[in-house]
Amino acid sequence: MSRYVLRRLLIMVPVIFGISLVLFTILALAPGDPFEELATNPNVPPEVRMNLRAKFGLDDPLPVRYARWLTSMARGDWGFSFVSRVNVETLIMQRLPTSLFVLGTAQLLGLLIALPIGTYSALRPYSIFDQIATTLAFIGFSLPTFFTGLVFILVFSIWLDWLPFIYRADIAATGWRWWWEHARQAAMPVAVLGLFQGATLTRFVRSAVLDVIRLDYVNTARAKGLSEGVTVVKHVIRNALIPVVTLVALQLPGIFTGAVITEQIFRVPGIGSLLISSILANDTPVIMAITFVFSCLVVIFNLVADLLYGWLDPRIAYR
Amino acid sequence: MSVATAPAARLVRSAVPRTSLWRDATRRFRRHRLAMVGFTVLLALVAAVLVGPYVYRVPINEIDFKAKLKGPSRAHPLGTDDLGQDLLARVLYGGRISLAVGVVAMLISITIGTSIGAAAGQLGGATDHTLMRITDLFLSLPQLPLLLLIVYLFRNALTKWLGPEAGVFILVVAVIGGLRWMPVARLVRAQFLSLREREFVEAARSLGAPPLRQVIRHILPNALGPVIVAGSLDVAAAIIAESSLSFLGLGFPPDIPTWGRILYDAKDNLDFAPHWALFPGTAIFLTVLSINYIGDGLRDALDPRKVLGAK
Repeated sequence: MSRYVLRRLLIMVPVIFGISLVLFTILALAPGDPFEELATNPNVPPEVRMNLRAKFGLDDPLPVRYARWLTSMARGDWGFSFVSRVNVETLIMQRLPTSLFVLGTAQLLGLLIALPIGTYSALRPYSIFDQIATTLAFIGFSLPTFFTGLVFILVFSIWLDWLPFIYRADIAATGWRWWWEHARQAAMPVAVLGLFQGATLTRFVRSAVLDVIRLDYVNTARAKGLSEGVTVVKHVIRNALIPVVTLVALQLPGIFTGAVITEQIFRVPGIGSLLISSILANDTPVIMAITFVFSCLVVIFNLVADLLYGWLDPRIAYR
Repeated sequence: MSVATAPAARLVRSAVPRTSLWRDATRRFRRHRLAMVGFTVLLALVAAVLVGPYVYRVPINEIDFKAKLKGPSRAHPLGTDDLGQDLLARVLYGGRISLAVGVVAMLISITIGTSIGAAAGQLGGATDHTLMRITDLFLSLPQLPLLLLIVYLFRNALTKWLGPEAGVFILVVAVIGGLRWMPVARLVRAQFLSLREREFVEAARSLGAPPLRQVIRHILPNALGPVIVAGSLDVAAAIIAESSLSFLGLGFPPDIPTWGRILYDAKDNLDFAPHWALFPGTAIFLTVLSINYIGDGLRDALDPRKVLGAK
């Protein structure tokens, strides 16, 4: 087991290396100059600008700049935010837990919707239930999150006035009251993301269960007198989950897209909304770091998927 | 002799209806009811967007403060925005750009994906290995953040060079297409690996067809089915990607009202002008939904393993 994890960790290194190379190439190819503002400012003499460029090594050859950027990223020195004058890593660490909380809850909600509905649909294919569920799933994943978000605000905040549409990290309350306020403000972002995920996953689960349900060992399980519930949970779902886990992992980069948008709509103080505000403020170090963090999250969750995969399918074994 | 056989041959030909892969596929596609509904809706939307601005001749940028934030009325069928600009005209015009972005980005991603998949599947060996590692790498890149990063870094230069409309269009289309080719590459590669060993390709090879001809005349046409399905779904995904960008305020500039951009402008006025957001949002939803259903129908139609009669 530990050797398997170690091997998977070692495979992650070249991927992260590759991602960093892609990001750096984009940055290096980009036109423009981080000191452009100084260039147009008449109060700053050109020598100061030249000195700054030399200090930050902007005139060095590209491989040198890449090596320096990579080593400082690896050391955890991600530079300063141009705008808020704070270390980029502290800024991101402040925001990351909120993002992970919303994303994780939404993903959980999606699975809680998709697993029972997808399985039940597949057990009775082309029944009324299946047709309704499939149609709703189709509608669900065709609805872009930015539109559902706006519709939710319109219905639940403006018309019904049930839920707040601004997410606040600092709720002035304690105990149950704090939990209640927190649940209320997280309800809409989590629901928007979770329903979208649920719709997508329902289709996956349904087709995965349909693939499994016709196999011989399911017949065997029924023939030897296992109850329907045990057959479905222990024999069908467990095997159907194997492709579902892969698909969930492959989908992750897409989930972050939804996360950035919902954070922006509901003003959730996570790294997604930080990314947007940094872009609007031309805060390059923060933008680079957040894109890198998102990439790393994808790689880490792929690792988690691989580990789950081994647990669900002992044939894969932790070789 | 020829006098005797000619009518007979004609008889045979008329007795057996001619079928081809495409005719079969069309027949199967038509049997998918929802796909046909989707196809009709999409056709109507495309027609409205293409012809609409010539029939409905209200300018998209005529400012009229007396009529601002009004709901649907006879003068403005979809209402007006905060500057009193007519929303129907803006939605029709924006649809052109949204749909064009979808189609062009799809063409780019299909072209890149097919080329890379074909090269990997046909050449094999180290080329295959390298290309697939690159594909995996691109698959683990988070799309929207990267999209935002690239648009942020390159937008000014391109707009300076090509003007705001063309510059942003090319940038958005290239980046969306350039980040969505990976599934197509994998599909095409898998098709190539199995088709390469089939008898008809072997026959072409033994007749002395050069590799390029084998690929273009024999393998590619047979690998096209899944690519078409993926392509149709890519149009929807690209439309959503462009709308997301514009919705975040980082896509097209305000004077080019794509559907996402209208939503971005509308989102702060939800409480007193909900129609402003609902119409463009519904337009995006309907387009994406019908394209997804078409993709579903195409999958049924172009996948010969699937027997629809069994349903």
